Amino acid sequence: MSNLLDARGQVRVLDGNRAGAFGVLLSRPDVIASYPITPQTPLLETIYKFEADGLLDASMIEPEGENSAMGILIGACAVGGRTFTATSSQGLSFMNDAYLLAAGNRFPIVMAIAMREQVSPHGVFAGQQDAVLVKDHGWIQLYMESCQEILDSLIMAYRLAEDSDILLPVNVCYEGYYLSHHSQRVEVPRQEDADDFLLPLKSMKRLKWTLDDPMVFSSYTFPPELFTEYRYKMCAAHQRAKGKLDEIDRDFRAKFGRGYGGQIEEYRTEDAEFVIVTMGSATGTARVVVDRKREQGVKLGLIKIRMFRPSPRERLIQALSGKKAVGVIDRSVCYGWNCGHNYIEIKTLLSDLQGPPPKLLDFIAGLGGGDITSDLIERAIDGTLAAAQGKDQPAVTWLSLE
Amino acid sequence: MKFISKFEGPWSTPKEPLDVKTGEWRAQRPVVKDKKCRQCGWCFIYCPAGCIRETEGNFVPDLDYCKGCGVCSYVCPAKAITLVREEF
Repeated sequence: MSNLLDARGQVRVLDGNRAGAFGVLLSRPDVIASYPITPQTPLLETIYKFEADGLLDASMIEPEGENSAMGILIGACAVGGRTFTATSSQGLSFMNDAYLLAAGNRFPIVMAIAMREQVSPHGVFAGQQDAVLVKDHGWIQLYMESCQEILDSLIMAYRLAEDSDILLPVNVCYEGYYLSHHSQRVEVPRQEDADDFLLPLKSMKRLKWTLDDPMVFSSYTFPPELFTEYRYKMCAAHQRAKGKLDEIDRDFRAKFGRGYGGQIEEYRTEDAEFVIVTMGSATGTARVVVDRKREQGVKLGLIKIRMFRPSPRERLIQALSGKKAVGVIDRSVCYGWNCGHNYIEIKTLLSDLQGPPPKLLDFIAGLGGGDITSDLIERAIDGTLAAAQGKDQPAVTWLSLE
Repeated sequence: MKFISKFEGPWSTPKEPLDVKTGEWRAQRPVVKDKKCRQCGWCFIYCPAGCIRETEGNFVPDLDYCKGCGVCSYVCPAKAITLVREEF
């Protein structure tokens, strides 16, 4: 008898957590270690249900906290296992040293982050502050726009993480509630297609600890030249990961008919004079506003940042060259800079752009679970257009406080 | 580019370890009196550095990694391990 829970090969209405659970199921992980935290919990609950119903053959481990969860995955990865966990906000903070250890030891762990505001002030609502805070911890970070993208990107994440040219852990990040608890139409791939897509990993070499052939890892590193060498190699792997994601995305499109542009997605940018930059779930709303502005004759385009780490610098330089004005919508803040994270990232590119640099403005929106409405996005666009016309505009606008 | 390790990450093999011999930090060394040792293995279990090796006759600290903390001596129920000051 078929299992109603098993939606593989079907089209279903799923929220982001459940869509993500299918991405994990289809990738056939060996070990899952989990600790519940809102808004990620239903993702792991669904995976547990898969295991209980016999759909998933994986070791399920429930440790006493997130730090141990990541520690368990490090061990499982060291012996060659495919691993998965998920967390949010303070859970991510609590696993911080194991999170660093995973990246530094080049363990290709995949972890979902259902993004939630980071303390303090206390809040369980959506934000991106938790994930962007750990941008320099050595993980690859991909940011999602839709439930379908969560499912698809989790499968792609394994192809990227376990590639022998990369060997880095990957975060698939999606805003809590807006995606984690929001239902959309989702095409769930067939198991044989997912297996086929992940097949190249079977022939790839990976550092592995076995009883017959033990290895030393995570020991004290000396001399400084060796330490520097490991840092250098990890930076080089991050550089390689950018083109690799573009390649994997193209493969995915060829197989499943869906693609996301790899590191960044450009929407109606070819002849655009003005561009807005988004990351995460607000992108869908922004597309609608861009279409509306296009109907009014405004030469406006959208750039969605998918890969936040490593930085998609080269693709952004290409995409932003020749534009007159760029408005960035940020769902996080950077203390001491009085702006969001993507604003700083893009500001560092301005001198590398061909032609005169565009006006660059930042719009902070959606903190603490606030809606990034079409109205707010429209105001961000109008501010960007006004700056392009030479009108005096603040560099940073806190949209919900205006 | 000059590299020391043939591996991508901070990994190495037991035959060619690329690590720090933490035994160099030691100010005192554990000495096991073989006759007193009851082979109970408490030192093996308690050693925070995991550097007590089990041999056929008894348990021996690996002085490449032993930092000389003295936990093995403290927990030994047979009082078979004494700490002797290192000469520098």
